Amino acid sequence: MNSFSALLLRDIRLAFRAGGGATLALAFFACVAALVPLGVGADLRLLARIAGGVLWVAAVLAALLSLDRLFQSDFEDGSLDLIALGPLPLESVSFAKIAAHWLTTGLPLTILSPVLALLFNLPPQAYWPLTASLAIGTPAVSAIGAVGAGLTLSIRRGGLILPLLVLPLLAPAVIFGAGAVLAALDGLANGALWLLAAFSFAAAVLSPFATAAAVRLNLAG
Amino acid sequence: MIFEYANPKRFMDLSGTLLPWIAAVAAILLALGFYQALFTVPRDYQQGDTVRIMFIHVPAAWTAMMAYGLMALASIFSLVNRHPLADVAAKTAAPLGALFTALALITGSLWGKPMWGTYWVWDARLTSFLLLLLLYLGYIALWNAIEDEVRAARACAILAIVGAVNLPIIEFSVDWWNTLHQGESIFRSGGPLIAPVFLWPLAMMGLGYTLLFVSLWLIRMRTEILQRRARTLMLRGA
Repeated sequence: MNSFSALLLRDIRLAFRAGGGATLALAFFACVAALVPLGVGADLRLLARIAGGVLWVAAVLAALLSLDRLFQSDFEDGSLDLIALGPLPLESVSFAKIAAHWLTTGLPLTILSPVLALLFNLPPQAYWPLTASLAIGTPAVSAIGAVGAGLTLSIRRGGLILPLLVLPLLAPAVIFGAGAVLAALDGLANGALWLLAAFSFAAAVLSPFATAAAVRLNLAG
Repeated sequence: MIFEYANPKRFMDLSGTLLPWIAAVAAILLALGFYQALFTVPRDYQQGDTVRIMFIHVPAAWTAMMAYGLMALASIFSLVNRHPLADVAAKTAAPLGALFTALALITGSLWGKPMWGTYWVWDARLTSFLLLLLLYLGYIALWNAIEDEVRAARACAILAIVGAVNLPIIEFSVDWWNTLHQGESIFRSGGPLIAPVFLWPLAMMGLGYTLLFVSLWLIRMRTEILQRRARTLMLRGA
């Protein structure tokens, strides 16, 4: 087994075992989705209209929950130093971390989303766009979030500042993701999924470099 | 060429000499521009007197975007050349950029109330400026959160560059999402759409704002350098 898949599997295992919080992100996602109708009222037509946007925002927030620990727990117990000394360049380490984060949060959130969409009375033709947009778009959330996680690595209350750094950068993902669902509701084709895919690919390719630079500066000195 | 002045001593000398002149020209331009905007420019046939808000709103928006560009440029120099002066330049540009962004948002919403009937609409440009303000605030917050100065400078430089790469995408996505704001009327192929009687005071205000930004930036940079010197002297005394 090469060191990339070793790191990937290790992070996935850690996320699902005690204190990992992968399932907590799912619970958070469901809680936010359950609170929204309590806030805006039970009008089923309104809920169907806002379902895509609400689920997208909830998914982004849920993915952010576990992001601040992406590097920090390894940083605190010293394993990040060992990983940095190992054969894998930090760029690949970052990519492995991003992939592990997506597999343990973005993917489960995507799988859970149709169930929550049911609670929002989402019309059948919008199910596929919702699930597809989350599957395509959540990698961008993990990738851009990883840059924030790297930058806030050595800050004690990094979890507080991370959302402020990352959320404005994620605006395009929310716009295109929720836009794809809205377009399906209106029976239009607007190419939102393609734009989302482009955004996600670009983020996944560029972010490991920025993340590695951020981690490196926090490890030096 | 630029690096010759990257030496803090040279920078302090040169900026000390230039600053009063730049500030004076900025003051004259702003005074003339304000006078024209408030008194000599005619009422617009559609917008009435509210058109005068444009003269403080549009240059503020220009300056806010320019500030981000300069901050990102300084951040690239700071990462590539590792020069402390570039760190100082990027650090001190951020609060000014946030201020001009906030000014553009506030004057825009004051104009929006009589013209659009509401202080805030989720229009593309308003939204992207709100996101720009949040990016500035995140940058400032990150700088304040990291104690070590060198580390803070490099982390913030990465953030500024990531933000600069992302800003056009945010701009595009928000445009795609919703547009109510009037289209570009000045920097467009085929010449400005705006009447010359409005254009000249606007140009004057634009240049005045730019020089005002440059003066404030130089003052903040000089203050930051002096503060760092004072801190070093104190540490040496301790």
